[in-house]
Amino acid sequence: MGEWYWLPDYFWRFAEGLWVTLELLAIALFFGFLLAIPIGLVQVTGPRWLAAIARGFCTMIRGTPLLIQLWLLYYGLGSLFPYFPELRQSFLWPILREAFPYAAVAFIISVAAYEGHIMRGAFASVPKGELEAARAFGMGPFTVLRRIWLPRAIQNVLPTLSGEAVLTLKSVPLAATITIFDVYGVGNIVRQETFRTYEPLLFVAFIYLLITAVLVVFFRWLENRVPKASQ
Amino acid sequence: MSTDEKKSAIHVDGLHKSFGELAVLKGVSMDAREGDVISIIGASGSGKSTFLRCINLLELPSAGSITIAGEPIQFAPLKDGVMNPADRKQIRRLRTNLGMVFQGFNLWGHMTVLQNVMEAPVHVLGQPKAEAREKAEAMLQRVGLYEKRDQYPAFLSGGQQQRAAIARALAIEPQAMLFDEPTSALDPELVGEVLKVIRSIAEEGRTMILVTHEMAFARDVSSQVVFLHQGLVEEQGTPDQVFNHAKSERCKAFVSSIH
Amino acid sequence: MTFLSNIVQFLSEWGPNLLWGLVATLQIALGGYALGLLIGLGGALGKIYGGPVTRLFLEIYTTLIRAVPELVLILLLYYAGTQLLNDTLRGLGYERVDISGVAAGVAVLGIVQGAYATEVLRGAMQAIPRGQVEAAQAYGMSAALTFRRIMLPAMVPLALPGMANLWLIITKDTALLAVVGFEELAGATRQAAGSTRLYLEAFVVAGGLYLGLTLASNRFFKWLEGRATLGQVKVGAA
Repeated sequence: MGEWYWLPDYFWRFAEGLWVTLELLAIALFFGFLLAIPIGLVQVTGPRWLAAIARGFCTMIRGTPLLIQLWLLYYGLGSLFPYFPELRQSFLWPILREAFPYAAVAFIISVAAYEGHIMRGAFASVPKGELEAARAFGMGPFTVLRRIWLPRAIQNVLPTLSGEAVLTLKSVPLAATITIFDVYGVGNIVRQETFRTYEPLLFVAFIYLLITAVLVVFFRWLENRVPKASQ
Repeated sequence: MSTDEKKSAIHVDGLHKSFGELAVLKGVSMDAREGDVISIIGASGSGKSTFLRCINLLELPSAGSITIAGEPIQFAPLKDGVMNPADRKQIRRLRTNLGMVFQGFNLWGHMTVLQNVMEAPVHVLGQPKAEAREKAEAMLQRVGLYEKRDQYPAFLSGGQQQRAAIARALAIEPQAMLFDEPTSALDPELVGEVLKVIRSIAEEGRTMILVTHEMAFARDVSSQVVFLHQGLVEEQGTPDQVFNHAKSERCKAFVSSIH
Repeated sequence: MTFLSNIVQFLSEWGPNLLWGLVATLQIALGGYALGLLIGLGGALGKIYGGPVTRLFLEIYTTLIRAVPELVLILLLYYAGTQLLNDTLRGLGYERVDISGVAAGVAVLGIVQGAYATEVLRGAMQAIPRGQVEAAQAYGMSAALTFRRIMLPAMVPLALPGMANLWLIITKDTALLAVVGFEELAGATRQAAGSTRLYLEAFVVAGGLYLGLTLASNRFFKWLEGRATLGQVKVGAA
């Protein structure tokens, strides 16, 4: 079915694209989750003004398309640079000129908001008595968070987080709209150069099926390592 | 040996606690000496749980003083009607001398029974893991849960969970144990196994303060019984005095209604 | 200050275009949502009551759609769909047609939503107590009548949170159609941004419109949930 003669020629391009996709995904998930922890936590513990900021951040990011956020960062910030000519001389310029950092930041922000929302519920769902017991045994606030509250919260929402990871993976192709050549971006190059409409897209879809499967298996393994919260 | 020769384990003086307008404790004092087993009884709403939770500052009192093993808790000046501890480090240190057992067990759900028992010794007291494991296993043996050590709490019965919680409290080798209605959340047929464990701890001479509804048990194991009524000590003395020769009519009515 | 005056200037020139984009977005979202709901109902019924072939086909459909990025699906379905349609038309002796952007968007997003809706509705259907369905059958209701009078109303409160979430997702997914050149809100914004060079202002305005849509939708669904859960004991209520 279809014509696949082009595949060997583009194999290494796809391999590079795959690397970019996985790199963006890993950066987004790692740093996004790191931010999601305090964003979720302050919404439960307060102080009230910080909780309001965190909640507003989640609402704003979750209420607008990632594509708009990406374009706002990339084109919007980029359009400001001419007003600050000294930026061109600064050490930041090599970073600001690249597209990848914008995509990375946009994805991190997105993951932080979606998972921050999830973590708020997760922190809130940990039984108060278990936290009280931790304090009664002499734990300080940071130890309570590190040893009891956070692991117990993650245990409750691991399946949700795994679903979120797949959604993040599926949004990586948006980066291609700001000149990043992830798997999907490479697929577009192939389409332009070979004039084949479907086959490159089907191949991209196939690669995605594989990555999703790996991701799902990985999270299932993780879930099995973590005890069930209830019978 | 008279009680005066024994060292003071927990000394509470004139404890007040209000939740907003509602005064739950109106000046309760208590002196527990080493080896004492003190049962606190009273109707629900009498303030007995609040009193116990004030001892290790899970509730912050509104007035009064608390001394643990001769060391008075330092309080900051009263703010919004509560006394905050002046030194959080002191509170954490003193808490490791008080093994708390809760009505709702409150085992940590993401850890096995063994991990629950090892948690505070390793991560609060800084004991080496191997040593903590050895002691934890011995504790679990004692409460009859060694076989269940690798189970998660959700898979245990209420009685087993509470026994595990008692092992967890014993593992920090506390100077005193605090029991907050340890059998109230249990099905009737599971109460016995937990009381048996508590009795064995009482018999080895450990200081204990026990809030309970189990009158027969309180009469049996206590060296002293305190009857609280509406935030005040209404009757206090040996089990015989409180259960058989109470001066207060309310106390008489209460112990006879429960029987 | 220049930022605000830029926004005012931008809105006076391009405001109407953006509003038309918003209308197109709403059209596509509503159409796609309705189509997805239909597919989802059929899919859920098929997954529960269908034969092995139906079930296998539906399993492949929901797994594929949920594993492949929306953007790839949109391109695939858009190109494959138009070609398939024109091939069929030519085979039947008709002229080839140009599919309208809105129709194509509705079809594509509907098929994507259908996969997610299938899972949401299947979960809701399976959560209906069996006894209620049995009771309906005991009163002599036909399968169709049971579905319409008993199962459907019993499902609504169970499916509502998931379906509300799907609506929020589709309103945002319409933006993906901008990548294939549709003039919905994101596409209109990109065009306006390109011609005014006011990129920051344009995307902030578009973000505000999307956010407004989300917040209004949240309000609506909260109201709907309040009505749909009448007669149910709320979790956590005394």
